[in-house]
Order: sequence, then C-alpha cells, then structure tokens
Amino acid sequence: MKLDPTTLARLKAQAAICLAWLQRWLEPAHLAQLRPKLEFQTGVLAGFALLASVLLGVTNCSTQDLIQQRLDDDLKNSLAEVVPADLHDNDMLQDTKTIPSADYNIAAKETLVYIAKKSAKVTAVCFKLTAPDGYSGAINMIMGIDRDGNILGVRVLSHKETPGLGDKIEAAKSNWIFSFVGRSLDNLTPTQWAVKKDGGEFDQFAGATITPRKTVQAINRGLLLFKAHQAELINP
Amino acid sequence: MFLSATYRKIASDGIWNNNIVFGQNLALCPLLAVTGTATNGLGMGLATLVVITASNGLISVTRHLIPSEIRIPIFVLLIAALVTLVDILMNAWAHELYKVLGLFIALIVTNCALLGRAEAFASKQPVKEALWDGFMMGLGFTLVLVALGAAREISSSGTLFANASLLLGESFQFLEVTVIPNYKGFLLMALPPGGFIMLAFLIVGKRLIDQKLAQKKVQPALLNEAITE
Repeated sequence: MKLDPTTLARLKAQAAICLAWLQRWLEPAHLAQLRPKLEFQTGVLAGFALLASVLLGVTNCSTQDLIQQRLDDDLKNSLAEVVPADLHDNDMLQDTKTIPSADYNIAAKETLVYIAKKSAKVTAVCFKLTAPDGYSGAINMIMGIDRDGNILGVRVLSHKETPGLGDKIEAAKSNWIFSFVGRSLDNLTPTQWAVKKDGGEFDQFAGATITPRKTVQAINRGLLLFKAHQAELINP
Repeated sequence: MFLSATYRKIASDGIWNNNIVFGQNLALCPLLAVTGTATNGLGMGLATLVVITASNGLISVTRHLIPSEIRIPIFVLLIAALVTLVDILMNAWAHELYKVLGLFIALIVTNCALLGRAEAFASKQPVKEALWDGFMMGLGFTLVLVALGAAREISSSGTLFANASLLLGESFQFLEVTVIPNYKGFLLMALPPGGFIMLAFLIVGKRLIDQKLAQKKVQPALLNEAITE
C-alpha cells in the first residue's frame, strides 16, 4: 500500500501529537496525581498483568519448537547412552511400540518403547519411565534393557531433586546410576531391589535417601513392565 | 577511582556493608538449599545476578507508574515473569547451560532479596543507579554463596569446585581441586544444619572484621579519652 505525501504528513503530525500527549502523561508530576486514584491503580495492575502474560505467551510460542527440538536431540543422545550403538542398526526413534503401563505407577498410562534391532532381530528395548514420587517431584528416566531382561543402562533425564544432595542420580554428578547395569529381575531378588537402608543392594546418598529409594523402586517397576510385555516386544 | 561517590557507596553496600546475606539476612532459603558445593553456589549466584539486575532496572523504569498501594503484587508479577522468561529463553538458546543451571532458575522466584531490592532501592532510584545496585547486590550474593559453598564443600567432602567444568565448560577443569586427599567426609556440613552452622561462622567472621575496622578508626580518640581520665 502506498500513501500519498499529504496523508503521510497528516499521519506523522497525528503521531507527533500522540507522542507529545504520551510524554506529558508520563511526566512524574502527572503520574503522581494519578497514582492515588483507584481506577488508575486497577488499570496499572491489569496493564502489568497483560504485559507479563503477552511477553510470556509470545516467548513461549516462539521458543516452543526450538525447545522441543533440543529435547529431541537430548532424547537421541540419551537413547545412545543406554543402548550401545553396536546393538542396533535401525533408527530407534522410528521403530516404536506402545504398551499399556497404567498398573506400574511410572506416571504414564501408555509407554512408548523404542526398539533396537540388528539385522531385523530385536536386540534391546528402551523406554522412558518416571518415579512420580521423588523427594521434590517427578524423576524422569530412560532405561535400556536387552532382550533377556538385563539392564543395559539407565539415565536420569530431568528431576527437581535437591542440588548437591539428590542430584547424584545424574550420571554427570556421580557413578551411582551405573550400578544398575547388568541387573535384572533374575539376578536380584525382590527384596534386593531396594537401597541398602531398606535391606537392598543399592547405595543411598549421604543426606538423601528418598531420591535413590524412589529411583530404585521406579526402575524395578520398569523391569516388571518389560517382563509383562517381553514376549510381544522381542518377537514382533 | 573512576566511579563517583554514589556508585562507590552502592558498590560497597552491595558487596560488604549491606550485603544481601550478611547485612540484610535475606535470601537464606536458596542460600542454604544450594550451597552444598562451591559450584552450585556459583551457578545460583550468577543466575540471581542476572535476574536481580534486570528486575531492578525494570522496576526503576516503571517506578512512577506504580502506586505504592499495589506495588507488592506488581513487583511479584514482574519478578516472576522475568524469572520465567530467563528460564524459557535459556532452555531454548543456551540449552547446555540450562541443563546445569536450570535447577536454580526456578528457585530465584522465592528469593526475597529481589523483592527487597525492588522495594528498598529500585522503586525510588533512577535506572542507572538501580541497575548498578542490582549488579552489586548480585555480586555480593554470589561471593557469599561461593564462600559458603566452598567452606561447606571442603569440610564435608574435602574437594573444591567439584563439577565446575559442567557449569563453566571444560576449560575450567583446573578449578576442581581435592583440598584434603583421602578425606573421610563430614556429612553434617553437606546437610542443611551444616549450612546454618557455617553461615554463622561466616557472619561472625564478617562482624569481627567490621569491629577491627571500626576500632582502627576510633582508636586515637579512645586513647585521648583514657589519658584525660
């Protein structure tokens, strides 16, 4: 759209008037007169609320895809960490199966299982599981299990546990999470699937017992879930 | 000094005299929660530094608009919005850093020091001063967090700046030192009570230094008094 010079000049003049009015309105002395008025106070509060929600809304919408993409990258990296690369030659993000998991208290009614195949034979599976009852919220994990039910690896994806105490469940902070490698329902009894304080096999942390306890219990439930669906998962 | 007297005063208040922790005894909740290690203290400190500077600036810019009757809800709104913004933007653009610092960002909302600075300083002062104040208060807070974190880390596990390379990058690996080799560990200091105990020691230390400084200033006068008596 093209504007002829006269309209443009008129618009400019109008804009200048508005700007001058706004400047006068924003003078500290003028605002000081307005501040005690109830209408003004309501307006200001509403204005700030609107500003905050618009700002957050816009930021959220514009970064949603990017954040999702980062999370996907993270997922790919995590999958690679819990399922060794030499165990599969397929794209695990594409080869998936959904199984019902409502009875296993891992925070999801259905669990998406990523299946690792080598020469079209299932070698391992991998799925996310959540300990919904961590010390300060859900602990999200990913676990790789070979076709016989032995754990290949577990990683914590996100959690809200206490920094410096409960966050030792992260692979970056301590070796604890590696103590699950090679464990299965066959080589440990149900009572051994617990932290040492509860008579089990796994260490707790100094100052944080609930975090590792709930993590161990959730991993145990994850294995039970795998066992219940083992046949259909490894023989597609 | 290249700084004017006002800016120097703001700086010394922020870092020492009116330090968020030592002077105002604020922000103890995030302080005690994260200072198990020096690295965590540094992470929390840096995140707070950014947010408190931004919130001070924002509140100072809009200070004439804000009626005193409803200032608290507006401050809370602004601070919460800012923290969430930082959280989202960091998650999108600095994802690696977010994975380390993300834990701390949400804790800043509960940091009453931000509200305190908004109330006591930013809502009454021009933008530049308010930004400087936020920066210096944040810096002072960071220093206390690192000091407390270091003291607790050394006494609880014998290391210093463990996992610093996760926060700052591989090139900062040299920071990670084992101060006391083969240390058995002293669990109490890693737990919340250890935070209180060590904080008390630090506050005592600060008061002692202040006392020494004050004595130095008044000593000549005292001597004179003694003589006349």
